[in-house]
Amino acid sequence: MRIAVCLKQVPDTEARLRIAKDGRWIDEEDLPFVINESDEYALEEALRIAEKTGGEVVAVSLGPERVREALRKALALGAASAVHLADAAFLGGDAIATGRALAAAIGRAGFDLVLAGSQSDDLGAAATATVVAGHLGWPHAWLVMGVELEEGGKSLRLVREMESGMNEIVRVRLPAVVEVQAGINHPRYASLKGIMAAKKKPVASPTPAELGLEASEIGAAGSRLELVGVDFPDTGAGAQMIAGDAAAAAATLIDKLRKEARVLA
Amino acid sequence: MRGKVWIVAQHREGKMHRGTWEAIAAGQRLAREVGAAAEAIVLGTGVEALAGELAGSALAAVRTVDAPQLADYTPGAYAMALAAGIAAETPSFVLFAHTYQSCEYVPRLAQAAGAAHVPEVIGFASVAGGGLEWKRPILAGKMHARVRVRGAATALVTLQSGAFPADEREKGAAPVSPLAVDLAAIAADREILGVEQAGAETVDLGKAEIIVAVGRGIGGADKLAPVEELAKLLKAELGASRPVIDSGWLPRDRQIGSSGQTVAPKLYLALGISGAIQHLVGMKAAGCVVAVNKDPSAPIFKVARYGVVGDLHEIVPALSAAIRDSAG
Repeated sequence: MRIAVCLKQVPDTEARLRIAKDGRWIDEEDLPFVINESDEYALEEALRIAEKTGGEVVAVSLGPERVREALRKALALGAASAVHLADAAFLGGDAIATGRALAAAIGRAGFDLVLAGSQSDDLGAAATATVVAGHLGWPHAWLVMGVELEEGGKSLRLVREMESGMNEIVRVRLPAVVEVQAGINHPRYASLKGIMAAKKKPVASPTPAELGLEASEIGAAGSRLELVGVDFPDTGAGAQMIAGDAAAAAATLIDKLRKEARVLA
Repeated sequence: MRGKVWIVAQHREGKMHRGTWEAIAAGQRLAREVGAAAEAIVLGTGVEALAGELAGSALAAVRTVDAPQLADYTPGAYAMALAAGIAAETPSFVLFAHTYQSCEYVPRLAQAAGAAHVPEVIGFASVAGGGLEWKRPILAGKMHARVRVRGAATALVTLQSGAFPADEREKGAAPVSPLAVDLAAIAADREILGVEQAGAETVDLGKAEIIVAVGRGIGGADKLAPVEELAKLLKAELGASRPVIDSGWLPRDRQIGSSGQTVAPKLYLALGISGAIQHLVGMKAAGCVVAVNKDPSAPIFKVARYGVVGDLHEIVPALSAAIRDSAG
């Protein structure tokens, strides 16, 4: 079974964020980037299915040069090859334009299954891989917590999260797009051997023309959604901030919880 | 010609999803803002009762798409049915509650209908020069983005839970009529095998008076002992945000948030929890929220009554000590 995994490289959300000078996005200088959390789980799930079925995994990502590092990590973890959509025309797109480009790259390469995370930790549209499914005309499922192959690889039995602590069990025919939820498995760590092997694995960088795409239908030019600006939410609105060292702050807080908020005896 | 604002109702087993009422309140507001007519749309089979429920709102119409292929929700059938409706009537906006269901099929609908997709909206405003700006959380809720739609495409907008209060919904009496779409091409794209409990819920955090909840900032299962001690002193239940559960540091029945339990304690201590929207929806009913976080810009401080910026590994033992001291 050939499996494509869509990976996004995102800013480490634990990092201290600053707004860029033009106010339209965050300042990316010196910002650490990581593989999006739920995409790491998707990669692990793909590697497990490929190991079971004797298939291979191809990591696919769209983004600037720095994304090469995320793909390198995916190769070190066990992906056989990678596709990096790095041409400037691909960049700055909304989920629809990005999904169109990824679908063009995936659709030409004979895959049985696409795995991706359910949501990116930066823009969080939770849409890109679903749009890939739409472009390919394949069924999809989102927020998946369990994947099992059925009927000798013709279909998948999926467990997907619903609200209020319930799961729905569904069957989809392959080829399909499956968007997994973080926590579905325990991702492996890269071995030294894997890291060395990754250096020799191929990374393709097709141009839009090679994928049969016009510049006007991808990237920022092909997007209907435009990011105007970013702000910090009003921090501390409502919160009374308690200063002092740990002991002093703790004593003040306990006192306030007793006498002011009256929630402690 | 007046444009249209559609609000797509979500329901399951004959019961309306509560987010639908928030979406209607938002749709009424949006229709006033842009001078459009608001209509509710309900898909399914035998939807008369649901349509009747929706018709009690101030809307230009309630439109039904009643077809056997829509008996159970599947993303393919829902997306295709709505895409056909959008092609026929070109509403300017289609609103949805931002739920696990709409998250799954609305992007597919956007792709199929050539529409713009504006997910997880928490606010909107008209801007100088015309058009609307939509506000949505990004980067795990640490920041907000302002976005706008280019061109004249229909905008599909999902609305974050709690952002548009349902009690602002205006009541009325709307006529019910069918929305004619060609259903021949519409088919389920999955087989539904059943529904199960996500896990044995052994702890009912919903009844807890005091909850001490930890987030990713705790750093590991081996660092939980001081937090457990504090919880014991406060006679509190231990809770956690999703990353803690996914990392295996606490069992899943301790998870609070949109994919875990919803709680309403009188006191909620959020330790090392940044306050992603998925967590906030699970604890926003708490009476008094205390946030301890090393990042002063963490969104949890916005919903907290008291905030302490600092290292929870120092503050937690200090809190235990303060409780013991004052208990004298």
